[in-house]
Amino acid sequence: MKKVKKVRDGNSARNERSQLPKMSTGIQGLDEITGGGFPKGRATLICGGTGCGKTLLAMEFLVRGGIEYNEPGVFISFEENAIDLTENVTSLGFDLKDLTARKMLLIDYVHIDRSEIEESGEYNLEGLFIRLGFAIDSIGAKRVVLDTVESLFAGLHNDTSLRTEIQRLFRWLREKGVTAIITGERGVNTMTRQGLEEYVSDCVILLDHRVTEQTSSRRLRVVKYRGSIHGTNEYPFLIDNDGISVLPVTSLTLDHKVSTERISSGVPRLDAMLGGRGYYRGSSILISGTSGTGKTSLCAHFAEAACLRGERVIYFSFEESPDQIIRNMLSIGIDLKKWRKKGLLHIQSTRPSFTGLESHLAIKHKAIKLFKPDVVILDPLNSFIIGDNEIEVKSMLMRLVDYLKTEQITGLFTNLAQGNNPQEQTEVAISSLIDTWLLLRDIDSGSERNRGLSIMKSRGMGHSNQIREFLLTDRGVELRDVYIGPEGVLTGSARLTKEAENEAELLIRSQNVELRRIELEKKRTTLEAQIAMLRAEFDVQEIASLKIIGQETAERAKLAQGRVDMGISRNVDVNPELTRKRK
Amino acid sequence: MKTNQDQPLKIKTERPANKKVLEQYILKLYIAGHSTKSTNAIVNIKTICEENLKGIYDLCVIDLYQQPQLAQGEQIVAVPTLIKKLPLPLRRIIGDLSNTDRVLVGLDIKKKE
Repeated sequence: MKKVKKVRDGNSARNERSQLPKMSTGIQGLDEITGGGFPKGRATLICGGTGCGKTLLAMEFLVRGGIEYNEPGVFISFEENAIDLTENVTSLGFDLKDLTARKMLLIDYVHIDRSEIEESGEYNLEGLFIRLGFAIDSIGAKRVVLDTVESLFAGLHNDTSLRTEIQRLFRWLREKGVTAIITGERGVNTMTRQGLEEYVSDCVILLDHRVTEQTSSRRLRVVKYRGSIHGTNEYPFLIDNDGISVLPVTSLTLDHKVSTERISSGVPRLDAMLGGRGYYRGSSILISGTSGTGKTSLCAHFAEAACLRGERVIYFSFEESPDQIIRNMLSIGIDLKKWRKKGLLHIQSTRPSFTGLESHLAIKHKAIKLFKPDVVILDPLNSFIIGDNEIEVKSMLMRLVDYLKTEQITGLFTNLAQGNNPQEQTEVAISSLIDTWLLLRDIDSGSERNRGLSIMKSRGMGHSNQIREFLLTDRGVELRDVYIGPEGVLTGSARLTKEAENEAELLIRSQNVELRRIELEKKRTTLEAQIAMLRAEFDVQEIASLKIIGQETAERAKLAQGRVDMGISRNVDVNPELTRKRK
Repeated sequence: MKTNQDQPLKIKTERPANKKVLEQYILKLYIAGHSTKSTNAIVNIKTICEENLKGIYDLCVIDLYQQPQLAQGEQIVAVPTLIKKLPLPLRRIIGDLSNTDRVLVGLDIKKKE
């Protein structure tokens, strides 16, 4: 018994040990990727090129630690002095002065001026250790940042002894039990110029700031995390006025919950086409069409419908400013301003070229997280395509759609189809991600352009397969049946003409029918009259005939009687009985 | 050679009256404990001072283990560090000061070759 228990204890102890203690970074998303934060009591290396956000990330680690976890931190800066640092991060909303005053933060600027230093004989970095130790002890720091320790190599000559000393520093930090961040500038073939990654082997995070097609995007990757499971992808991150936010939005599974709730598209006739009840909540809807086919109008309708239900809507526009959308939608009788004032609608307009795709995603992600909408509208999607970044756009959208679905947010996207492109193909090739796909098209006929709407697909519901004519009236979008006849699909005034023609034809036909009916009636009357006349004639004849027949019979009887009487009178037969019998 | 617990060790020498008035050297040597490097540095600087700056220097040896708060203000990273406060410009010489030539260069006594 005892033995068994002991073994079990041993196992649980091992399990506990395998759960590496972690220290939350407090940085949005980073804790999710690292499964809880950086390894507690160990050093984490953050490396990357110039301007990729190493210092900011390290500083945020300390600031969040101080504000959210009440863990004091020491920032040893080798590059910037405390005043510069404080100023630089003020834009991120970090008040270092306050933290320093509250003894939550201590900044020590280690300055090594090559010009005033002469080396003579052996030395070590004990001075730095003492400084660091003193700083840690004076505020009881739990977090330490060394930014960038490699600067020492620029100030001091003896590389070999420096290496040993830096190695000793990391050991020393671990003994101190502080969670440390060491930053390092990216080298040519190594992660850091001096190969620090060899010494800090517990956790290595690589930051990247790349520019493609003139737009930049920041990415973060956990290269290594000893003793812990971590996300391995490159994650986009943002630096804005709230600090850093990392987005682990790529979900690998397809297991989001689905809703059976249906929500109105805002156009009753469209709801009718969609199985009578509109879209599914939490589905993704794509409206594609060439320019001027009314995509934005449909978006506005949907937004209005959602607001009417008391739901929250974020409208991301990449082509029009909020005011422009509001003005334009007013022309079709949709007042978005009202909802915006009520705080149910948030319109966010950005140029696609404003930042890189990843940053766009990050911005959206953040806005969604903050606003907690029920409906998200993106208008239009494909303005992101600049050059041949379709794959990236697709992956970005996939992540966005994924995110929206996990959050049960209904997503409405529009896609601007180019000129004569086959309409069944969205440029972004995201149709597979889309649950309901509406196609708007121009129908050119009779020297005018008209709009048609049809449903390409709508997963999980019976839907109309008919093209409807799509009208923009001052009371919003109206859908009409189109005329489909031997001449093809007719819309607009052609449809009206055709309808009028049809009506006229119908009238003539009905008149014809009436005429026939009257004629028939007339014929019947005539016929009946004739029949009556004939019958009357017949009756007369019959009477006459019967009369003749009667006379004839009477005559014949008279004759017979006459003969018998004659015979009797002439005594033809002796036996008058016999004579009577023969008769 | 021992550093005082509370008081930094000060070594003052009397200035010879016959020599022309030279600028006073104010030197501070920061060490960390009683390591070989510390000991060597103290011995070396004393020798150099006695040989080159007799009577015009003021050397102060500070043990950072005793006064760790000084390390930040003095921008000490490596130890031992000898700081020449005066005459200006300020100079730092790091190491156990075993290379006399370099020390002399650092103290601006000898020109850099």
